[in-house]
Amino acid sequence: MFRHRLIIPAIFLNALFTSACRIDMHVQPRYNPEAATAFFGDGRSARPTIDDTVARGQLHVDEARYTGKQNGKDIDFFPIQITRGDLERGQDRFKIYCSPCHGLLGDGRGMIVLRGLRQPPSYHDPRLVNAPVGHFFDVMTNGYGAMYSYASRIAVDDRWRIAAYIRALQLSQNAPPQLAQQIAPQNHNNAGAPAGGTQ
Amino acid sequence: MPQIFRPSSNTIARVTIVAVILLLVSTLGLAYIMDRGPWITSVRFAPEQPVPFSHKHHVKDDGIDCRYCHTSVENSSFAGLPPTEICMTCHSQIWNNASVTQPIRDSWASGKSIEWVRVHKLPDFVYFNHSIHINKGIGCSACHGQVDEMPLMYKVNTLNMNWCLNCHRDPAKFIRPKSEVFNVDYVYPANQAELGAKLVKEYHVQSLTDCVTCHR
Repeated sequence: MFRHRLIIPAIFLNALFTSACRIDMHVQPRYNPEAATAFFGDGRSARPTIDDTVARGQLHVDEARYTGKQNGKDIDFFPIQITRGDLERGQDRFKIYCSPCHGLLGDGRGMIVLRGLRQPPSYHDPRLVNAPVGHFFDVMTNGYGAMYSYASRIAVDDRWRIAAYIRALQLSQNAPPQLAQQIAPQNHNNAGAPAGGTQ
Repeated sequence: MPQIFRPSSNTIARVTIVAVILLLVSTLGLAYIMDRGPWITSVRFAPEQPVPFSHKHHVKDDGIDCRYCHTSVENSSFAGLPPTEICMTCHSQIWNNASVTQPIRDSWASGKSIEWVRVHKLPDFVYFNHSIHINKGIGCSACHGQVDEMPLMYKVNTLNMNWCLNCHRDPAKFIRPKSEVFNVDYVYPANQAELGAKLVKEYHVQSLTDCVTCHR
């Protein structure tokens, strides 16, 4: 009697405490992205590329497109075709990566500047309005003053699209009166859409 | 010869039967509750991090987009944990004397990675890809909750399989317009059933519930 009374709970508890103790499939012998490892001295499983390695798709021979310069001078043309879609993509990327400091208008009064970061110059300064477009690409790629490089965060062609959007912002803030007159009546007819703006 | 069982044996037998059943049920119940509860799933548990990084401050107060730091979320399975360089973009100038940001400067000076504690972990037998969810109208907050309300990062969902399937069986319940994917305060509209069905069609979203969808 005594023996039988304990045997069922004993089997049950045994099953409960010994099940799910193998986690081979949970933790497989591979590294997840950015996982730590004891194998390399710096503890990183994600390895930096060895010097002078050229990965597939990273052979950057088009100097103008990848550096924004030709013969050491900033280029003043877009090395990729800029369509309306590219401009919209540029606006989207600008809002993510640039607007925190440069502001949505590009006037250099973004939220992070209000928090104490050094104020960047306004895109609407004559110096930057007249700067060749390659200059903006170069600043995004290599940083400038207090600004860090964004090369690792923004893809090459997206940097050109942002540069194109900066041109659009400059136009929006310094529009010649004739242009404003051209656009304004159209927009008023467009079901009350507001004239101007950066959209 | 006396009886082997005295009359009280009846009671002992009954009590034993009831006790064994109760023990079985309560042990199973307890195991179930523990398995689904925060003790196992870590839901709402914010682990200590090397730097007390606040999504609430950076997202809500500063209005920084998710993608400013999680740069690969649109193109990769992995959302991307920001390298120290991204922290230093601002923190070389702001809060650059504070003791809480000291590990960032140490990492920048030494080149050693900051060892963040991972909050959203999946077992290795689960294949998950951020980019396909992001590009098909599943918002960040659909899984990660309102991170703009989290001073320290924690999970709001179990990431259990039944939770995944809840959406995979009927994506229309959780899909949102692509323009709202990175809006962490997004509220599903009253006509979600109607809008969801429309978006599922428009974005060609399939209800994928084959085992091999996630276990490959």
